[in-house]
Amino acid sequence: MPEIRNMTLNFGPQHPAAHGVLRLVLEMDGEVIERADPHIGLLHRGTEKLAESKPFNQSIGYMDRLDYVSMMCNEHAYVMAIERLLGVTPPVRAQYIRVMFDEITRVLNHLMWLGAHGLDIGAMTVFLYCFREREDLMDCYEAVSGTRMHATYYRPGGVYRDLPDRMPQYLTSKWRTEKEAGRLNEGRQGSMLDFIENFADRFPACVDEYETLLTDNRIWKQRTVDIGIVTPERALALGFTGPMLRGSGVEWDLRKKQPYEVYADLDFDIPVGVNGDCYDRYLVRVEEMRQSARLLKQCAQWLRQNPGPVILDDHKLTPPTRGEMKGDMESLIHHFKLFTEGYCVPAGEVYAAVEHPKGEFGIYLVSDGANKPYRLKARAPGFAHLSAMNEMVQGHMLADVVAVIGTMDVVFGEIDR
Amino acid sequence: MNESKAHALSTLLSEKLGDAYVSHVVDRGEVTITVKSAHVQDAMLMLRDTAGCQFEQLVDLAGVDYSTFGQADWITQQATSSGFSRAVGKGQRDDASATASRFAVVYHLLSYALNQRLRVKVMLDENEPMVGSVVDIWPVADWYEREAFDLFGILFQGHPDLRRILTDYGFIGHPFRKDFPLEGYVEVRYDADKKRVVYQPVSIEPRVLVPRVIRDDGRTPGAVH
Repeated sequence: MPEIRNMTLNFGPQHPAAHGVLRLVLEMDGEVIERADPHIGLLHRGTEKLAESKPFNQSIGYMDRLDYVSMMCNEHAYVMAIERLLGVTPPVRAQYIRVMFDEITRVLNHLMWLGAHGLDIGAMTVFLYCFREREDLMDCYEAVSGTRMHATYYRPGGVYRDLPDRMPQYLTSKWRTEKEAGRLNEGRQGSMLDFIENFADRFPACVDEYETLLTDNRIWKQRTVDIGIVTPERALALGFTGPMLRGSGVEWDLRKKQPYEVYADLDFDIPVGVNGDCYDRYLVRVEEMRQSARLLKQCAQWLRQNPGPVILDDHKLTPPTRGEMKGDMESLIHHFKLFTEGYCVPAGEVYAAVEHPKGEFGIYLVSDGANKPYRLKARAPGFAHLSAMNEMVQGHMLADVVAVIGTMDVVFGEIDR
Repeated sequence: MNESKAHALSTLLSEKLGDAYVSHVVDRGEVTITVKSAHVQDAMLMLRDTAGCQFEQLVDLAGVDYSTFGQADWITQQATSSGFSRAVGKGQRDDASATASRFAVVYHLLSYALNQRLRVKVMLDENEPMVGSVVDIWPVADWYEREAFDLFGILFQGHPDLRRILTDYGFIGHPFRKDFPLEGYVEVRYDADKKRVVYQPVSIEPRVLVPRVIRDDGRTPGAVH
């Protein structure tokens, strides 16, 4: 009789389904997982330590690089923490712009998640569909900030600049005929708000398309229903937040429960799951995309009717315009001081949290009154979710590990920091 | 959280915590309560299970190194005969004076039932930064405590598996301590002769681009400028 031993399997860090650089050491009994030990930190860049060596504003760009598929939401938590320490409130228009971009970011994140999750468990087409819509939203990022991903658009006191009056157009080229460019430019004739409203109108039909591919798909259900079940009590103890928590049936959303910016004035619903399995979490995220489209439309309508300043006019905190700088000595001094030394933030400590697409993203900021943070800690939702990996995959098959990694929506930028 | 609710919570806690209680602060609508390091586990269990607290979730756990708190590179308050002081590369800070409470562990708790947040702080001694683990109370603390151990060298008594988590395999030191240089001690490169990745002392020099200054701008929270 040969001796039967458990096999230890190394999964990643170069595995395409590991969503980046996750290394999992799996102890297997045949094809069943007995224990999973995630090794993280392969993308650790010391963001929090770096932030301690720079003036406050220079770290906004680092926040984009934490969770690099929901860039502006990370910035949001960081600038909110600074604003709370300073005791300033951005203008209402800036708050609406922030909410609108938070929701654009949520859709961006969920589209990336849906595409990648589908790809991991065998659905190729949905990835291509998702990236089609992602492209439009990336263009919004680009139109407003000049970059498609790492925007550095939010600033303490508001947002860097107002929304542009026109959208960038597609040009004809060797690979794009005039007819095709014309079709792509159809929604881009008006201002950016027109484009976003147009997007919000057509997006629910796109979500219907994804759902046609997946929701009643036999293979999709076989791969996700009853996989990685988490009870509501356990989800709370394991530190789950966001869709992971709502998938287990806990009705909790910071946008509703502890509203920040103008979420209290907007109309949207929180979807919750019933069984707490991968399929429910999928349904929750899909519904969140529909709700985000509703929010986008409301924000676009408000912003169209209410022009105004988008950043505080306090030159101790926000830079003067180029024009002012050229003719006014005071403004030149303010500009110089702000971009060399930065501004000092009163001593104290705050924890600012936003409902990030992945869960609760919080920034714990300690200031000793200097122009640099004394200590910055980013509370990444993915970190808590991934730490429950062992519990979620125990007793499942190897192929289900991929489904569970997918459902957690892990991004290593924020987990490793 | 609004101010009155915050004050009510801090009053309730100062009564319930008993021996563990050290002090409390309500600042910017957030309640911070400091407890004695010896009583952390009892206090946390109380915070989770007592009516009026019901903190079901540990949202975050962070280590803090307070050794250079309030020290600037550049003194801006008083002028000398040669004018104001100038910032220098090394920094003009004094040697970090060893204090009885160099490290802190900061817990952020959230109550879903009562929709309230709380920050619990534990100050730890420099020579023996050790505190009881809360893994048995909130399982999520497992990785958070490993992270605080890795980055600050804070020890959690009773943690089942206190390994490094974020730094490299075989890493030496605790990088988020204030006396650990930003550029680190070692770097890696691929050695073509040995045909493997090797460690060597860092080749970059520290540069302070923006000196750390502390200015009192007269900014008080909530004031309009």
